[in-house]
Order: sequence, then C-alpha cells, then structure tokens
Amino acid sequence: MKSMISRESIFNAVLLLALLAAPYIALQMDEPFYVSLATRVAILALAGVGLNIALGFGGMVSFGHAAFFGVGGYVAGILSQHAFNYEPLMTWPFTIEGTNQMLVIWPVALVVCALLALAIGSIALRTSGVYFIMITLAFAQMIYYFAISWPAYGGEDGLSIYVRNTFPSLNTMNPMSFFLICYAVLIVCLVLSMLIRDSRFGAALQVARQNEVRLASTGIAPFRIRLVAFVISAAITGLAGALYADLNRFVSPSSLSWHMSGEIMVFVILGGVGRLFGPVAGAALFIVFEFYLGGVTEHWQLFLGLVLLCVVLFARGGLIGLIAGRARHG
Amino acid sequence: MDLALLTEQLLNGVQFGVMLFLMAAGLTLVFGVMGLINLAHGSLYMIGAFFCATVAAATGSFWLGLVASLAGAAAAGAIIEIAVVRRLYDRDHLDQVLATFALILIFSEGTRWVFGSFPLYLDIPKVLQGAVALPGGSQYPVYRLAIIIVGLAIAFGLYLLISRTRLGMRIRAGESDREMIAALGVDIRNLYTVVFALGAALAGFAGAMVGALQSVQVGMGEPVLILAFVVIVIGGIGSIKGALIGSILVGVVDTMGRFLLPEFFELFMPPSQANSVGSALASMAIYILMALILALRPQGLFAARA
Amino acid sequence: MKKLIAASLIGLSMSVASVAVATAEPVKVGMITTLSGGGAGLGVDVRDGFMLAAKLAGNDDLEVIVEDDARKPELAVQLADKMIQADKVDILTGIIWSNLAMAVVPGAVAQDVIYISPNAGPSQLAGAGCNPNYFNAAWQNDNLHEAMGAYANTAGYAKSFILAPNYPAGKDALTGYKRFYEGDVADEVYTKLGQTDYAAEIAQIRASDADSVYFFLPGGMGIAFMKQYAQSGVDKPVLGPAFSFDQGILGAVGDAALGVKNTSQWSKDIDNPANKQFVEEFQKEYGRLPSLYASQGFDTANLILSAMNKADVKDMDAFRAALKEADFDSVRGDFEFANNNHPIQDIYVREVVKEGDVLTNKIIGMGLENHTDAYAKDCKM
Repeated sequence: MKSMISRESIFNAVLLLALLAAPYIALQMDEPFYVSLATRVAILALAGVGLNIALGFGGMVSFGHAAFFGVGGYVAGILSQHAFNYEPLMTWPFTIEGTNQMLVIWPVALVVCALLALAIGSIALRTSGVYFIMITLAFAQMIYYFAISWPAYGGEDGLSIYVRNTFPSLNTMNPMSFFLICYAVLIVCLVLSMLIRDSRFGAALQVARQNEVRLASTGIAPFRIRLVAFVISAAITGLAGALYADLNRFVSPSSLSWHMSGEIMVFVILGGVGRLFGPVAGAALFIVFEFYLGGVTEHWQLFLGLVLLCVVLFARGGLIGLIAGRARHG
Repeated sequence: MDLALLTEQLLNGVQFGVMLFLMAAGLTLVFGVMGLINLAHGSLYMIGAFFCATVAAATGSFWLGLVASLAGAAAAGAIIEIAVVRRLYDRDHLDQVLATFALILIFSEGTRWVFGSFPLYLDIPKVLQGAVALPGGSQYPVYRLAIIIVGLAIAFGLYLLISRTRLGMRIRAGESDREMIAALGVDIRNLYTVVFALGAALAGFAGAMVGALQSVQVGMGEPVLILAFVVIVIGGIGSIKGALIGSILVGVVDTMGRFLLPEFFELFMPPSQANSVGSALASMAIYILMALILALRPQGLFAARA
Repeated sequence: MKKLIAASLIGLSMSVASVAVATAEPVKVGMITTLSGGGAGLGVDVRDGFMLAAKLAGNDDLEVIVEDDARKPELAVQLADKMIQADKVDILTGIIWSNLAMAVVPGAVAQDVIYISPNAGPSQLAGAGCNPNYFNAAWQNDNLHEAMGAYANTAGYAKSFILAPNYPAGKDALTGYKRFYEGDVADEVYTKLGQTDYAAEIAQIRASDADSVYFFLPGGMGIAFMKQYAQSGVDKPVLGPAFSFDQGILGAVGDAALGVKNTSQWSKDIDNPANKQFVEEFQKEYGRLPSLYASQGFDTANLILSAMNKADVKDMDAFRAALKEADFDSVRGDFEFANNNHPIQDIYVREVVKEGDVLTNKIIGMGLENHTDAYAKDCKM
C-alpha cells in the first residue's frame, strides 16, 4: 500500500515537472507552438481539478460544468471588451467599469461562477443519481441557448478579446509568461484541492458520498456539505474558463456546450477519478491524443472514442491507476 | 390568432411529443430494467435512419427501408449490448456516461467514414404525401398524422407487451428484483440483450420515420437524445407511462413556446426585438420546465422506483 | 495536420509548362476547415475545389497543409497557432463558419499572416474591422440575402414571411434581405439553431397573409424545412440563398426543392471557359457535381496562384497588392475586390431543376449586378 502511494507521488511530481519543462524545451528547439499547447493542458487540467472536487471527492456527477467554464470565459471576455471600448458595464444603480486586469477578472469570475453554482446546486442537489446528471445538463443547456441567442456579446459568433488581459509586471502576450501564470494558478488550485481533500470538510464530503445516513446521524447535513463542494468546484472551473478565454483571445457558446461538459469529464476519468493529479494527467493525455491523432487521420474522433471506451472498460483507475495501481478510495 | 391555428399548433406539439416518445421509451426501458444511462441511444436513432435511407434508395421502397431500420438498429443494439454495454451494468453512472459518450464518437465518425459527409436522401412514401383538411378549415400533413397514430399504437403495443406477455413479465420482474428472476432460472443475460435490442429498434424506427421528414445526416441523433433525456427525467426514469406523458408535455410546451412567446413579447416590444427575445426564451423553455418539475418533484412525475 | 501536401499532385502535372514564375520562395498555405462531424460536407467541398485548382496549375511552389477543425472554434484557434508558429505558413484559408472565422482571423492577421476566406464573410471583418491582410474570395455574409431581397421586388412580391435561426448570421441574413426588399414583412420569425422540426413555423406561415416566404436555414435545418414545407400543403412560393440548395444538399432535399428560386454568385451553368473546365475536371476527379463551396475553394486557390505569379510572398506589400488585383479567371465570371478586400460581383438568381435524375440549379436571372457589400464604406482602406 505504502509503496503504491509513493509511486503515485513520484508520478505526480514527474508529471508536474514534465509540464513545466515541456515549454522550455520547446522554446530551445524553436517550436513556440508547443508552449501554447502546454498552456492549454494546464488550463484544461485546471478545469478538471475543479470538476474533480465535485465528481471525485463528492461523487456528484455533474454533466453541466461547461456552464461554469463558459461563464468564466464570458466574464473575461465581457469585462475586457468594456475596458477596450471604454464603456462602463453598467451605470445604474452604480457604475461598474470594464477591466483588463487579470487580478480583477479572476475574482469576478470566481464569484460569478460561485453564485451561479449556488443557484444551480441548490436545485440540482435536491436530486441524485441520473436526475442529478440530467438536471446539471439541463441548466448548462439553458445557458448555452441563452448565449447563442443573446445578441449583445456576439451570440454564436462569440466574443473576441483583442488584446490579452494584463498581469502586473508580466507581458502576457509573451507565450512563456502566460504559460507560467496558468501553471502557477494550476499549482495553487492543486494545493487547495489537496487541502480540501485532507480537511475535516473533505472527510465529511467523503462520508456524504459513501454513506449519507451515517453523516446525517453525526448531525451534519449532507446537502450543505455537497453544496459547498459544488460551489468551490464550479468556481475553479470558472477560473479555468477565464484563462482559456485569454489563451484563445476568444470566447464563444461552444465552450458552454454539452460536448465541453463531456470533455472536462473525460479529463478527470482519463487521468483517474478522485486522484488529486488525475485531471492533469487526463488533460495532457487528451490534448496529446487530439493533436497527434488529428495528424494521422481525418477520422481521429473514432479512434479517440475507441481509446476512451477501452479506458472506461479496462483501465478503471485511469492513467494514474494504471501506473500507480488501485486507488485508496472506493 | 384563430382557433384553427391554435388547433394545428396543438397537434404539432402532440406529434413532436409522440416522436420524442419513441426515443424516450427505449431509453427509459433500458434504464428501468438494467439501470443503464445510454447516451448512445441517439446513435441508434441515426443508424435506423441510415439503414432506412440506404435500403429505400436501393430498393425504391420506403416500407422495406422501415423494416431495415428496425432490423438494423435492433442488430446494432444487440451487438453493442454484447460487446460493450453488458460490462457496464454494475458500474456507476459515471462510467456508463463516459463509455456511451465514447460510443457516440465511434458511431458518428464511423457512419461518416462509410457514408461520406453529405446528407442522404429519404422521402416520405407516396401514400402519405400531401395534406388533409382538418375540421375548422386548416390543412394538416398526412405524414404527421401518421406519426401520431403509429406512435400511439406503439405506446399501446408496449403497454400490452409489458403487461400481458411472458417477456413483459420478466421485464417487470427485472425492474423490481434482479437477483430474484435470476434465481427463478430466467437467463438474465439474454433478457438484457433482448430489452436493449428492443429499445434500439424503437430508436431506429423513430430515426427512420423522422429522417423522412427531416434530414438523414451524421449527428442527427444528438439534439433528439438530449430532448429524450429531458423527457424521461420529467416523466420519472424507468416509467413508460411517465415517458409518454413527459414527451407530450415537452412537445406541446416547446411548440407552443416557439409560437406564443414571441407574440407575447410583441405586446410590449417592437416586433423584431420581441421575436428575438421570445425565441431565445422558447429555446430555453423545456429546460426551465424540467428544472421546475425537478425542483418540486426530484424523482420526476411518475417515479418507477421511489 | 492531415498532411495532404500537394507533392503528389505536382508529380501528375509535370508536363504542364510553368509560365514565368516570379516566386523565389515556395508559398505555404494552411487550410483549417471542417472535415468531421456535422457540416463536414462544406469543408470537404472547399478542400476538394482548392486541391483541384492546385493540381491543374501544377505549380510546385504551392504547398498546402490541411487540418480538421471539427467545427470547434477553440480547436480552430489552436490549429491556427500551430500553423503560424510551427509550420510557419504564409497564408491561412479554409474556414467555413463565421463564428470560427471570428475566432481565428483577427489574431492571425495581427500576426501578419494573410487570411483568404473561402466561405465565411462576417460583417465585423468587412466594415470598420477590415484589415489589409484579410481577403474574402466568396462573399460578405449579407450578399446573397440582399440579392434575393432585390429579386423579390422584381418578382412582384409585396408581403414576405421571413425566417432564420436565432443567431448572428441569421439576423444578418434577414437584415440583408430587408435592406433591398421594398415590400412589407408579414412576420419575422427566429428559430432555435439546429432545430429540425418546423411544424409550428409552417403553421404560422399558413395562417399569415404573406405572398412569399424567405428563409435562411443552412445545412440540415434547410433540408428539414423544405421537406416539411412540401408536405404541408402551403403553396406560397419559397425563396432562399444558395446555401440550402447547393449541390451537396439538393440530393437530400429531393423533389421538394424543384422550382425553388435561390441566389448565388456561382452556378454550374455560368458560361465561361474557366467554369466549364472547373465543372468538367471536378466531376472527373471526384465523381460528383461541384457545389458553390467547391467553386469558392477553386477560386481561392487560383487567387493565390495568380498572386504567386506576380510577387514573392516574402515581400508582403507586393504580395498583398498582387492579391488585390485579383488577376485570375474566376469561375463566376467578373470578379474584383472592393476597398475592403471583399468581392464586387454579380449575384444570380437560380432555379432548382432536374437534369435527368439529378437535381441541380439553372440561372434564370440577375439578382444584383456588380454588387459590393453595405459595410465597405465603413472600411478605411
């Protein structure tokens, strides 16, 4: 048991170092594109880290996390568009200006997504099982159709961010600087999710997943525990969405679609559900697949499907499970 | 707004609902008996439509195509069940969602590989073409009436199958207690394959019927799939009755929403803006309906197993 | 990636004498287009048209890299990054959808890469947001709708029922139609994007006192609408842009499309040598009739080839000037660029007819002659 856990830790460390080293090596080899590929991995991993808190730790199978991912992206897009055009976001009852400061955008994205998750969660968490999966999907679809048909911010055409938002004393247009920002955010959120997992709150969440009755008998309401976890999870995914918008300098309703929800789920599963670093491994694997398989055949989605199917059927612990053996959680 | 238009729209809503029922029935049956969420149900719908279009093009007969869609989708369903789905029954919903999501990718791209990227031709058979006069003066397409009748007939047939036949008895037994019927010596593996193939055949049949009215192309199953899930969640997962009532409810709310909401907003907005706002709200209407119902009844309207 | 590098094509056409080629450096073209999932037919046609032109020209300085965007804006951005940074392409092209174009084009042209659009023409890129590095070889999004609005006047329609999906291109379409249409609008209806059942809308059309129906429903939406409309017993004439009546879709719509008037800047029967050769060679190469998307891909390639004959791609100013001259034989006939690098062209009215067993289009009149778009005046170039 002990050796297995340490094998996982070694793998995690290697993974993080590799993700950090990859863009440096790419720069040395004069292949700047791989820097943005690594950035993509870091951001999508972050989205997965968010979902993992609900899905892996809390057993809440949310099929609607694209809602938070997309809304986070729209927060970044909308604020920076207003800053770009020098028009305030609203003037009544008080004036809110747009901004192109990441340090302002991030907290806004976190808060907006948290509030949204509070609203969705307080309805969705009354249900469980398939109903929960489907109601989260329904909420995401609602927001998706709203974004498509609401003309103010581009509708289906999406919203361009003409100049990447800024970060104090860094040039964010430099791919390496932007990668380091995303990487740092990823590390912070990984640490945060580790703290959550090992806290009393995390333990209660674990019990809520495994045995609701037992938790209720200790006087803790499972609903509240779940709701808090759901909100934290959504906020982190929303932050990833804001970074993703900045990476692409663009946000559109497709980041709200149910395919996106499915993909974020795939990152988590591919790496290993409930593993701290599962989403990182999963996102890296997914992006590498998409990129290289896309190079081999036009029908790459078929092979992606086959690989996914094999992972679900035969490698239940995901990538980390394959390498580090069975997880300690159930 | 006159009564004839209102009647016609109501009929449209019912027809849309009946079509959804054909999809939702299989989905809810598979969930009720095996406890499986099957996202690939939309792919079976697509497979049915492609079978029908291919056979109809080769033989010139829509009816042969319809038979082929039933047989082809049932066969595809049985193969999927034996090769993949069987391994998912005792997994959690997460694994089921993921594995069947993977199946969607495989089927969509596989179909495109075989049939190419262009939509296929499938037309309504001669006898069902055109429109008939309704009482009240307006006209209604024959084919849509046929869909309503066939759909309701299938609903009745399913009711008979489940309440009157030996297979139905086993299905009901499987819904309430799996170990029990295994102990009684029923070959549960075969039963599951049969149920899955039945659900697949229904989906394939719906795909063929609807394909003739809409378009036969890769990805055609996905929008319907999501609607079918909305239906079974509203109706209560596992309940055929719930699926029927849920489908009609969704069909009518969606159709009437598209039609009435823009008119409603026109009362206090310029027409162009009202249309845009109204139709935006209409496209969200069924999801709002679903959220409302689940907020009040977290197990749907007719929960099969409370 | 899908490295369909044109090398194989070049071998085939070594015998073609290459005319005074001015280019010193090879031109690297990155094509990002939709080859999988819904709507792949359009991307396949653009690619095939483009590759056919490259093959016929036999210019081995033209190197093409084709990649699939699966109709996802994020993936398109990633591919554009890759093509610009890793493959170091000189020109990007291929995008089918306006929302993908809006994701890719502003970033690409800002990095001094030329983008030539073979299909989408969002208004944001035609007006104040025009760019010397952005060329459109197809049309501005409103063009075909404007032409149909003009035709509706000629045909004497005075009350149109107009219909489009509720998204930006849909709203642009109806705005474009109304810009030239002088009659009244019976009703203006926006449907859900991706909707495939139009019973409710057809009932509204039936109940209205309109004398004509104008719809913009691209792809499967249009197929579904036409089939259902034909069954409904409503006999008001239908008008639409070519997108719902192009060669790739007509087969699926079937006889329901017969007789429908649609507007297009290209048609199979436009009488000029370039078009004759294109239609013939396309059928020979791919075994199907070309669509307007294929014609746009074909023209895009020929536009690039014509500029290669005049300037070195490394000399950006000269190359841009050479592109702007548009000195090639467009399959649609006369073609030149307006100040905003969007086409000035004729837009025809076609009718769907049956040639033997095959449904296709025939030109029956002119929608707008030498038409340029409404946004050109906002472009400061």
